[in-house]
Amino acid sequence: MSTLQNSAGFGQTDIPNGSGAAAILAAGIGSAALGVLAFAGDASAALGNLLNFYNPTGTLSGVTTLAIIVWLVAWFALAKRWQTRNVDIGKVNILAFALLGVGFLLTFPPFIDLLQGK
Amino acid sequence: MEISSHDLLTVLHGMGFGALFMLAFSGALAELYRVSGPGAATLVSTREQTLLGFYLAAMVILAWFTVFSGAYIVYPWYRAVPPAGVADLADYPRRLLLSTGKTSEWHNVGMEWKEHVSWLAPIAITAVAYVTMKYGRAITHHKNMRMAVLGFALAAFVATGIAGAFGAFLNKYAPVRGGQTIVLMKGE
Repeated sequence: MSTLQNSAGFGQTDIPNGSGAAAILAAGIGSAALGVLAFAGDASAALGNLLNFYNPTGTLSGVTTLAIIVWLVAWFALAKRWQTRNVDIGKVNILAFALLGVGFLLTFPPFIDLLQGK
Repeated sequence: MEISSHDLLTVLHGMGFGALFMLAFSGALAELYRVSGPGAATLVSTREQTLLGFYLAAMVILAWFTVFSGAYIVYPWYRAVPPAGVADLADYPRRLLLSTGKTSEWHNVGMEWKEHVSWLAPIAITAVAYVTMKYGRAITHHKNMRMAVLGFALAAFVATGIAGAFGAFLNKYAPVRGGQTIVLMKGE
């Protein structure tokens, strides 16, 4: 292995992929959480009121705060579990991109309206 | 030449943070592809990797500043409720848009989408920055991780594009106004 490869300022060739997989999957989970919470806040007036953490910003404050908490907790838990392991990153990618897709779809108002039969 | 304090902070949110973050994508996507592409381990120096790390860290900071300034500074002005009896809705952008069917979907679709989808960008770019910095050149040994990094960077770009485009249109149809007047320059 060349000196260039060994002397990385950050990153080494033999790092297990678990830490990276944890960050990727957690980003997917956080994205999906954002979508699900946005949908829930829109679909239910009661939930919308519960998610109103800061009145000037309204429901958006609770949706985003909780999504960030879900994302960070998922990242912490997955990183702790996977940091010394190699995981099947292919499967992790599929799941992470599917969750990211859920996040995009459930933040798109016409799709939310469609789900609610509006 | 005058500007209101609300206008100034809206510009800071949209142009100062958001547009700068958007502009940074062209460099980030090209560089991420270059450092993680075939043969990168022997081509990319430690200095270049460190610079990419700083570049992505700056993008992460810009992304979070953009969404937080949008949600907690600009958005409350946008959704302000006019007192009863107010006929001129110019200072109440949300109500102004909803006052006619010609503009209501700018809020119902545009703002409703923008205010949520924009948060996908900082989440995605934070993961991209972390993985890139953590693995450095070693990412060339993890093909699927490279794909994930590029995919999430692209997703952050798309989310930012949606939010930025709707932000520009919304500010055209119902600009956020108000606050103190700041005189930038006196006319002749």
